[in-house]
Amino acid sequence: MVPITPIHYLILAAALFALGTIGVLTRRNVVIVLMSIELILNAVNLNLVAFSRLWGLNGQVFAIFVITDAAAEAAVGLGILIAFFRNRETVNMDEVDLLKW
Amino acid sequence: MQPVATTFFFYFLSALALLGAVFVITRRNAVHSALALIVTLLALAGIYLMLYAPFVAGVQIILYAGGIMVLFLFVIMLVNLERAEKEKQFNQQWLIALVAAGGLGLLFVRVFTESKTVSGLLQKPLAQLAESTNTQQVGIALYGNYMLAFEIASLLLLVAIVGAVVMAKKRI
Repeated sequence: MVPITPIHYLILAAALFALGTIGVLTRRNVVIVLMSIELILNAVNLNLVAFSRLWGLNGQVFAIFVITDAAAEAAVGLGILIAFFRNRETVNMDEVDLLKW
Repeated sequence: MQPVATTFFFYFLSALALLGAVFVITRRNAVHSALALIVTLLALAGIYLMLYAPFVAGVQIILYAGGIMVLFLFVIMLVNLERAEKEKQFNQQWLIALVAAGGLGLLFVRVFTESKTVSGLLQKPLAQLAESTNTQQVGIALYGNYMLAFEIASLLLLVAIVGAVVMAKKRI
């Protein structure tokens, strides 16, 4: 059996990142787009923690900072979503054009 | 001699994580997507445990699966999604987006497996990470080397709280 090395974790993170990118680019529902962004951030976190297995604790500290940023991003993003829904009664990504002139 | 359990748990948890991710981006109902995302987050927490990062795994469960996902579920309940469920779920550029994102993923995998720089980075022997004092050492790093970044992160969270309240409130 092949032993599990950090490269396995990196490939898993790349797959998660690609799935998150597909979600961001193709879905029309804003809530699911925000969830796909969380998937992307998780893939980054997995990369950082996998490298911390080789290079010491700094990767884990950075992963914690990324989680903090994800929390801030989710709060602001969902606040914007609620404000948008109040104005337009829709959650479709295509109809987000309030800033277009 | 590598223990077999590591291999088994790695493949089990990564299959769970990838399955959850696929469900997140394909489900019609946003609540189902949120539940699939929770499965992915918990599987990733297990993978962090396998990488000798118990503190990050705990933060992942408490903050992500416990905090951020509750926020998502609340917003899903506040926002009326019934109309969105009946509509088309994917936009017109889905095919080209699929190709582009797939190409990006393949590029990552190719860089990780073929590049001499990356394989040089990965040639290092595994670091000696103490599991029992992991939380202690992360705390020392946070309050030592990363003191400034830690304080800025708290400021960022304050700004995010104020921003979310301003956005979501009807009249300020």
